[in-house]
Amino acid sequence: MVPLEWYITLSTVIFIIGVIGFLIRRNIIIMLISIELMLNAVNLSLVAFSHYLQDLKGQILVIFVITVAAAEAAIGLAILVSLYRNKAVVHTDKITEMKG
Amino acid sequence: MNIPLPDLTPIIPEIIMSIVTCALLTVEVFVKDKTKDFLGIICIGTALAVMYMIPMSQGVTFGGMFISDGYSSYFKFIFLISLILTILISFKFIQREDAEFGEYYSLLMFATAGMMIMASSADLILLYLGLELMALSTYILAGIKRHDTRSNEAALKYFLLGAFSSAILLFGISLTYGLTTSTNIYQIAEHLKQGETSITLLIAMIMIICAFAFKIASAPFHMWAPDVYQGAPTSVTAFFSVGPKAAGFAVIGRVFFIAFESLQMDWTAILIGLAILTMAVGNILAIVQTNMKRMLAYSSIAHAGYALLGIIAGTTEGLNAVMTYLLIYAFMNMGAFAIVILLEKGENIKDYNGLSKSHPLVAAMMLVFMFSLTGIPPTAGFIGKFNIFMAAINAGYTWVVVVAVCFSAISAYYYMRIVMNMFMKPMEAEAKIYPNPANGAALLISLLMVFIIGIMPSVVIGYTFQMFM
Amino acid sequence: MTMEKYVLIPLLPLIGFCINIWFGRFYQEKAHWISILAVLGSFILSVITFIEVLQGKVINYDLYSWVISGNFKVSIGFLIDQLTAIMLIVVTSVSLLVHIYSVGYMHGDSGYYRFFSYLNLFTFSMLMLVTGNNLMQLYFGWEAVGLCSYFLIGYYFRKQSAADAGKKAFIVNRFGDFGFGIGVFMVFIYLETLHYTDIFANIHTLQGQTINILGFEIGLVTLIALLLFCGAIGKSAQLPLHVWLADAMEGPTPVSALIHAATMVTAGVFLVARFNPLFSMSETAMMVVALTGAITSLFAATIALVQNDIKRIIAYSTVSQLGYMFLACGVGAYGAGIFHLFTHAYFKALLFLGAGSVMHAMAGQLDIQKMGGLRKYMPITFWTFMIASVSIAGIPGLAGFFSKDEILWLAYNAGTVGRIVWVIGTIVAGLTAFYSFRIVFLTFFGKFKGTHEEEHHLHESPSSMTVPLMILAVGAISAGWVGIPPLLGGTNMIGHFLEPVLGHPHVHGTHAEEWMVIAISVVVALGGIFTAAVMYLWAPGIPQLLGRTFRSIYTVLWNKYYVDELYDYTIVRPTKWIGSRILVGVTDGKIIEGIVNGVPKLIAEFGERFRKLQTGFLQHYAMGMAFGLFVILSLVLIFVKQ
Repeated sequence: MVPLEWYITLSTVIFIIGVIGFLIRRNIIIMLISIELMLNAVNLSLVAFSHYLQDLKGQILVIFVITVAAAEAAIGLAILVSLYRNKAVVHTDKITEMKG
Repeated sequence: MNIPLPDLTPIIPEIIMSIVTCALLTVEVFVKDKTKDFLGIICIGTALAVMYMIPMSQGVTFGGMFISDGYSSYFKFIFLISLILTILISFKFIQREDAEFGEYYSLLMFATAGMMIMASSADLILLYLGLELMALSTYILAGIKRHDTRSNEAALKYFLLGAFSSAILLFGISLTYGLTTSTNIYQIAEHLKQGETSITLLIAMIMIICAFAFKIASAPFHMWAPDVYQGAPTSVTAFFSVGPKAAGFAVIGRVFFIAFESLQMDWTAILIGLAILTMAVGNILAIVQTNMKRMLAYSSIAHAGYALLGIIAGTTEGLNAVMTYLLIYAFMNMGAFAIVILLEKGENIKDYNGLSKSHPLVAAMMLVFMFSLTGIPPTAGFIGKFNIFMAAINAGYTWVVVVAVCFSAISAYYYMRIVMNMFMKPMEAEAKIYPNPANGAALLISLLMVFIIGIMPSVVIGYTFQMFM
Repeated sequence: MTMEKYVLIPLLPLIGFCINIWFGRFYQEKAHWISILAVLGSFILSVITFIEVLQGKVINYDLYSWVISGNFKVSIGFLIDQLTAIMLIVVTSVSLLVHIYSVGYMHGDSGYYRFFSYLNLFTFSMLMLVTGNNLMQLYFGWEAVGLCSYFLIGYYFRKQSAADAGKKAFIVNRFGDFGFGIGVFMVFIYLETLHYTDIFANIHTLQGQTINILGFEIGLVTLIALLLFCGAIGKSAQLPLHVWLADAMEGPTPVSALIHAATMVTAGVFLVARFNPLFSMSETAMMVVALTGAITSLFAATIALVQNDIKRIIAYSTVSQLGYMFLACGVGAYGAGIFHLFTHAYFKALLFLGAGSVMHAMAGQLDIQKMGGLRKYMPITFWTFMIASVSIAGIPGLAGFFSKDEILWLAYNAGTVGRIVWVIGTIVAGLTAFYSFRIVFLTFFGKFKGTHEEEHHLHESPSSMTVPLMILAVGAISAGWVGIPPLLGGTNMIGHFLEPVLGHPHVHGTHAEEWMVIAISVVVALGGIFTAAVMYLWAPGIPQLLGRTFRSIYTVLWNKYYVDELYDYTIVRPTKWIGSRILVGVTDGKIIEGIVNGVPKLIAEFGERFRKLQTGFLQHYAMGMAFGLFVILSLVLIFVKQ
């Protein structure tokens, strides 16, 4: 039996990896992946909690999160495509027209 | 097996909004470009109908997940007002900006539906869904000028940071769920009242605070706001500066006043820090702006700081003051944006030089909105600030109010600079305006409300509270 | 129709203003209809209200609370008592007539609708001022009428002198309003209320309290009264803040009649009368009021003797008559002061509108030395002007006589100060008669002294102008009949009417003395008229002879006692000098800049630095968020561990 703490620790670690990935990678695709990573870390912890508490709500939330993540990815990629058409860049350090 | 149908009365407004919006999306395909205004009119009609229905659809449903009470109704009223005003100022503007896609109105409607769900959610799951519905729609709205690189940039920044913040929110929700065994706000409150708090719970709460602070553009989670406000089409910016912000405050009020009630000491301390930082950043950076929309973005950041004071007060009086403030803010900010839209070139602050000579009426209206944003009586802005500050003083946070008043004095500098530009500086080029009935209606509504609330506040505010609460 | 009626009195002009300012440009030439109807509505309602008050009804009604928070409560409400009722009649009736008159006078002006909307706005503000039941509302009205006056003086804003005059009025009033503002604030601090009824109920608690200013123990009541009086001095153009009123004549003449004669400038008198319980508690304050009034009235009357600009003479006459009203208030005869305010409104508005009619015929000419013989060309203007002059001169039977004699008689009865001001008042009565008839004789009698072309142009004004003149003339004759003293067979109705609010001063003089006071003032007035007739009708050489003989006096009067020059040298120039020399000098040394410009600049510089953080680079934003999260987390963890 794997104790709950392990799941939570793993989930936290993945989440932090996601955060760090988001913070240091400049390629927007990778950043999107990092966000997926963060969301899935959350999913992991939710499922673990749900199992631990013997409560279905956590798993329901997981399903919603997966759905929303799909929508999010679709919108993110759409925005990226329209940006790429205008500017032909996928790196955030090239997208600094507005500042101050 | 028979699954009983839950009581749908409380959620009818949201259902109607969603159905109409989906229908619009379908119909829009068959509508010619010239008749797209019609879609907007349908949206306004729906919004008005929904507004009429809200007071009648009170109750709790879906096993306590969805709650429609006075609090949520009042916020829904604010969202719908901002929706209607946004559509009014959008009609001709989006044609001018070449952004007239049918889904424009549908997205506004979806975003509003999302906010309404947020305001009504008594469960973190529903809260997350509402928040995402709003957020996803607003990401697209920010980038709706597909061929404009600034609009793309705004959408991208908003999207990435928004997704980042909702991931943080989710992590917070997940920890809260694990520690309190529930996602229902009232059950969380029950659980927290019995047990003692752990550090992990504090971490979870802080993550939730951060995600909400992102939505209301509170420093240091505000940095998306200026760029997004500048890049998005002005009508969308107007929508952003009111709706999502109010929705953020709605959930802050619900989650912190109810779920985390027993941690009030902690979140009050955090919010005081955020509020002061927000007011500082908003007001100080607004002074150095040369772009009108950026300036208004920083000003809206600063206003979020003032509004936080009402939450900090932690009393019903404070919460009521926040609600009033957001309503007032909706009118005065929408009015200011309506003027920006009215002008052919309203993006730069120097475009306003000598406006009083070419268009005295426009300049006079802008003057009223700037006075109101500064908080000078007898405009509504004064009443809003006064209520918030008084609530905070009565709750014992006098020193925070003193700080806020100081920053408020700084804010006069940049608002009055617009007024000075309009009335004192020589005209550089004849400003061209695009008047149209819809925009005029939005301006008139905003202007009237700014004055009416400013002159007879207790009557209007009392009436709105009585109607919804 | 219960309370709505009273609300509508000020509200109708406001509605008129809103309609005209928004939509006026679509129907330019018809803008006056809305304005006139609005004011007519107010007038009718005022008359109804007046009748109710006459039957003994006093309305003190809080419409709603503006802001409430704990102890702090400010309401919008109405106090309509005898004093307000009279003010309502004065304001709405004169305003109505001036509106009608303006239809003819402003005909063809490019800002026609703008003019009428400002007049409406002014009427609204003035009505708010007089109907309010608390100091906050009074203060609002006070500032609002000042603002309207500023707009209307500077109405011909393309004319430099008009713009300057507007500014001057605004700045001079700042001095008075500064004191007034402090006064209001002190009332709030010491009595914790701004409502009249509460103030007057609690005012006795301040009796005997003193406050230490620069080592002097000053009675609190005296101090508050004097601070409030400061505002009155500014608004009613009393010494030493009288300088703006004559310059305010740059505005259109109907404005002079409405704002700078009949209504706004009398707000100061209204204030003192309204606060009579406060003023009556302090002998010092009363003395200051009485002497300021008396000296101002003498001072302004002497200036008026030698001026040639018809509007300026009437303006100085206004200052002088306002001084009369303050004189009355200062000796405790508030009722007589308000009575004079009432009659003055009609004959002074008539004088101004008559002057406007003359200007209309003379194509804007203001110099009475270049007029003459207009009697033939404009009989209605002549006769109405004549009536107003007879009235202001204090000839028995007309309005001015009764109010003036009431004041003089009550002053005579009011101790030593009273005797002094009585003497001054009597002298002023003579001077008033003289300069009023000087205008009449120079303008309407003799031969026309202008060019032939001008003479050809002379004509009577249109009926929209002459009808208000005639109505006002009726007022100038009969307004005084409401206050005929018992001695002359009347009952002094207005005095008894106002008694519940303003009280009645104690009179101990005999009938013989009263006859003497009346006789002296009538003789003096007739003497003034006779002198004017001698000098300007029968022996036109005398004025020049006198001017040469008393060269110095003449010059001093002609230059209005050099007050403008005095202020120029003592206040304006030093300020400018300090501004240009010291400030610039120090600014070079970067000291003042550090204080005056420095704060915003510092913030802006700070902002410029801060702005660099907003790099436009998405990762930095995300790092900002992560950093914020991290800082909050660590702070909370540190504090929780402790």
